[in-house]
Formats: sequence, C-alpha cells, structure tokens
Amino acid sequence: MIYAGIDIGSITAKAALIRENQVLGTHVILTGYNPINAGIKVYETLLEKVKISKTDVKAIISTGYGRASVNFADKVMTEIICHGTGAYFIIPGILGVIDVGGQDSKAILLDTNGQVENFAMNDKCAAGTGRFLEVMANALEVDLDQLGDISFKADNPTKISSICTVFAESEVISMIAGQQKRENIIAGIHESAAARVSILATKIKLKEPVVMTGGVAKNKGMVAALEKRLGFKIIVGDFPQENGAIGAAVLASRL
Amino acid sequence: MPNKLAEKRKIKSAQKMRDIMTTYYLDAMTAEQNHKQVAWITSGGPVEPLVAMDIIPIYPENHGAMIGSSKMGEDLCVKAEDMGYSSDLCSYARADISCSVVKGGPIGGLPKPDMLICCNNICGTVLKWYEIQARFYHVPLFILDTPICHTEYSPEIAKYVRAQIDEYIAFLEMVTQRKFDYDKMAQVGRLALEGQLLWQKVLNTTAHKPSPMSAFDAFFFLALIVTLRGTQIAIDFYKELIEEMEQRIKEGISIIPNEKYRLLWDNLPVWYRLKWLSNKFADHNACLVADTYTSAWCSAIKYIDENNFLDSIAEAYTRIYLNIGVDQMADQVLDMIKYYDADGFVMHSNRSCKPYSFGQMDIMEIVREKADIPVLMIEADMVDPRNFSQSQIETRSNAFMEIIKQRGS
Repeated sequence: MIYAGIDIGSITAKAALIRENQVLGTHVILTGYNPINAGIKVYETLLEKVKISKTDVKAIISTGYGRASVNFADKVMTEIICHGTGAYFIIPGILGVIDVGGQDSKAILLDTNGQVENFAMNDKCAAGTGRFLEVMANALEVDLDQLGDISFKADNPTKISSICTVFAESEVISMIAGQQKRENIIAGIHESAAARVSILATKIKLKEPVVMTGGVAKNKGMVAALEKRLGFKIIVGDFPQENGAIGAAVLASRL
Repeated sequence: MPNKLAEKRKIKSAQKMRDIMTTYYLDAMTAEQNHKQVAWITSGGPVEPLVAMDIIPIYPENHGAMIGSSKMGEDLCVKAEDMGYSSDLCSYARADISCSVVKGGPIGGLPKPDMLICCNNICGTVLKWYEIQARFYHVPLFILDTPICHTEYSPEIAKYVRAQIDEYIAFLEMVTQRKFDYDKMAQVGRLALEGQLLWQKVLNTTAHKPSPMSAFDAFFFLALIVTLRGTQIAIDFYKELIEEMEQRIKEGISIIPNEKYRLLWDNLPVWYRLKWLSNKFADHNACLVADTYTSAWCSAIKYIDENNFLDSIAEAYTRIYLNIGVDQMADQVLDMIKYYDADGFVMHSNRSCKPYSFGQMDIMEIVREKADIPVLMIEADMVDPRNFSQSQIETRSNAFMEIIKQRGS
C-alpha cells in the first residue's frame, strides 16, 4: 500500500510517498502565490519521479499552512501532529522535535509511543524562523545554503540584540557598514535565532533524544547554535525538510 | 430539518436578556431627566451600596465587552492611541477613554457619570483609568484598595478593607447628600447573594452531559450578575434561565450537536471572535462547558454572610479570583476540571489583561501535572483584533484537538 502526505508551507511545498514503512520518494518546490497549484504540482511531479500512478495511492493527508487548499486530500491534519509523527517514523524512540520552518518554529514533546503530548509555537513574531534567516542571508548577499558553512569560520560571533526581524536586519546592515566579518555576523544571527527557538523547547521541557526538522535543520550552523544553547545533542535525520509531508503520509496509512 | 434542530438548540431566554439590558441602558441614559445619579464602577467593585442608594451603576468593562462584540474595538483603540495612549494599555481602558471623547461604540457612549467607584481587586490599570475619567468628567472618585491575598486574608487586610467600606458609604452620602439606608442595604445584600447563588446554579447546569449551554453563552448571560447584582430583576431572570436549562437537560437538548469533548476556558473571552471560536471547537465536537471568568462573579460566595453583609463583603471582594495567589487560582481550576469533567484546558493569554494572564504558565504546568489533560495557550486580546492571528490560532487549536482525540482513541 502506498500513502501520500503533502505539506504546503509558507515558503515551500513538500510531498512524500511511503510504502511499507519505507520512504518511496519526496519532492520540494516553492509554494509561490498559488497554494492550490503548488499542491497539485508537487504531488504530480513526485508521482512522475517515482513512477507511480495516482490510483496506486490509497490515501492522502495534507498539512501545513496551505493544508486546506489541497482539495484532493482525504484528510487535513496540523503540521504539529505531522512533524511529531514524521520524526518518530524516521527515528523511532525520540521524545522531542524542534521544527523550524519558513514562518513557524515549534517544539514538540512526544510520549514513548510517538504521540504528541505537548507543543509550543512562536506567535505574533517570525524571529527565529526560516524567514528570519532568509532576510539575513539577503542582507549579507550569501546563499541561504551557505550560512551554515560560513558560520563555522567565525572567531568572535557578534551579538544581535534586536528580537524583531526587521530591526535585526537594520542591525546587521550597520554591522556590515562597521566592517564586521561576515562569518562573525552569520554566527551571531544563528545564536540570535537559536535563542528564540530554545525558549520554545524549554517552555515544554523537551526531553532527549531530540530531532530537528524543517528546512532550517539543513543549516548546520543553526543546529550547532541550538545545541550550544540547549546543552544537548540534536539529531538531524533524513529528509528534515520533507518531515511534515512524511508524517502526513504515515498518518494517511493509519486512516 | 437541520434548521429546525438549530432553532431548537437556541436558548430562548437570550431575547429576554437583551430586553433587560436595553431597559437597563435606557434607564441609565435618561437618569438625569429622572433625577437619578449614575456611578461608573469597576467590574469587581462592591455595587450593592450603590443599589441601596438607588444610584444606577454603569460598568465601563461591560461596555468594553459590548464594543468588542460589535467589532468596534479596533477603531476606538486606534483613536486612544492617536490621543497618545500606548497600544500596550488594556483595550477596555483604551476603548472607554476614547469613547468618552468621540461618543462612539454600539450605544453612542455611556451616560455621563456623577461619581466613579474604582476597586483594584481586578487590576491596577483601573486606578489610572478612573483617574483619567475623573479628570475628564470632573466628578469625584472613590478608590477601594484591596490588597492581594497571596495566601490568606490576614487580620490586617480585614481591618484595612473593612474601614474602607465605611469610607465608601461616607463618600456616597457626601456625593448624594442623602443618608445611607442600612435596612435597604441588608435587603439588597440578600438579593445580591441570592443572585450569585442562582448564577452559580446556572453555571452548574453545564456539568450535565451533553451540556445545555456553553461558556460562550455564559459570557453573554453574565451581564446581569455584573450589572444588576442586588436587584430582583437578576434573580427572576436567572430563575427562568435555570428552568430553561433544566428543561433542555430533560429533553436532551445540547448546545452543540455532537458533544464528545468538554473543554474549560481561562481568561476573558475574545469578544469579537466568540462565534468563530465556538464554531472552531464545535467542528471537533468539542464544547467549552465552563470558564474561570464567568464564575468569578460567584467564586467568593462562601465568604458572604447575608446577616452581616457589609463586614463580609470586605472579605468577599478581596478574595475574588484575580486577587488571590497563583496556587489558589490553580486549585480552583483543578476543581472546575473535575466538576465539569473537562478533557482539555484552553488558556487565552490576553494581551490586555495582565493580572489574568500573569501566572498562566504556572497554572498550565500545575494543570498538566495534576489533572493530566492537554492545555492550549492562545495569544489574543479581548477587544483589540489586531492581536488576533487567525491562522496561528487555527493551527494551534486544531493541533490541540488532534492531541485530545489521539488520547481518547
């Protein structure tokens, strides 16, 4: 039996297919301005990629901010449950998930069966999310994917004191003007974002082992900054960005 | 057919309640022509001496709720910010202050007060808010200071508050130029207590499964115990409402179609989103059966002695929900979870109401640990819709319900 999960996030749309506890394939595209089309496109491209016909897929669950716009899904679930389920599917036995996506960051506490027990999410403010890092990468004229590697070359991370993304960008621009080293600024940005996210983790008393998911988990500098801040090891499994979609597919298999 | 069912679910007493409230506001609006005086009073203030003196009590906070429900909060809050008030100030205060100037809102502003009665048992903001209004309207202000009872009602607090009750009466005699009628006071005191006991009974009906009404209805029906406490009108109305609820229970009429989950609400309502929130939870077959807010108007009944009313209200008004320690608040919440058999606890972290929102993190922890039920915290504001993020709240409440369902399965 094949099951599908589709996660329409604020920046990217993700699709995943699973069969017999195996990830068959995943696909990621930019969501753009039309989440309905993004849902169709990411799903159909994935089916083509893994050469599976629509009729072979038994059930589909959609999730993410655009979850309601996937009108061919059998059920809609929130990304909190999907991320918890996805992370536990990839790495069984974990007790915590830190998910940092485009506009959301969340900490999820799981019980020993992988069911979500509690969660905390950012509210009213996108500081510490993927969008925050994207804004900073733009200001520094660095590829988003490069942030992690560059930050490891820092010798003296700068301190970003503004919590607000917009003000933090101004602060970064003045640091650039002040001839601060780019690697130090980037390391400072990671520390600032990590400080925001770690509050969510401590709020719900996250327990090890903890997995990080979401697009930002691909940024090694950010993972390292979070580990330093929280004082424990953070695991990054396969498919961190597609984790929500994988979780949705797993939940579809239980329908 | 579905329409007929929806019609059956509607609470019939609602219309009567609207009529009573309309009459109440009309009486207040025409007070001057009828040679009556109007006092503005904080929601937790002792209103009974006013009723005994035949002074019409008006509640800016009830007005704030009306402004919020009619979705007129944003304009009035912005107006207050234009006047120089911070957006961090309570939205009831902002709406009231600007409404006094522009005469806006659903009823074109409140009738001018002859005096202001401010009791700080609900918050500290009211002190400055009422001072501002006293200056604006050039009217005398009485402040009743009730120290927070973190653990107990000490003899010092008792003496201090009791002395102020006498000062309060002296203030009323001075402003009205009339003698205080202690016999009338005893009579009003009895009515006030009876009203609160009946209100408690109304709220208790929701312990029945399925619940005949929800906390969203309680938010509405609350207006009488706030504004007309100490009058026969409130008593008669709540008796009728209890009858209707008992009849609904008998006939098995529930407020939401398929009640499966029962939730407890904390903090003030999000007035401009009552229906939206109610529908959101009803979509999951969840009913908000009770809340900490509406029960605040009967939570101190045990301290009231109708034969020794003035002495006992000093304690009753000091020990209300917002004026006690976090541990005691948590105990009340735990009692409610048990009594109403709640499957989850929804906490509104209210940008406006600091004393209500302060301590919520601790209460959340205590509830999780002792009651072992999921707790949801949503960030919003009671009147200012600019602090309400729909998609964020939608995701959180859906995830919360998914957790409750997973636990149940």
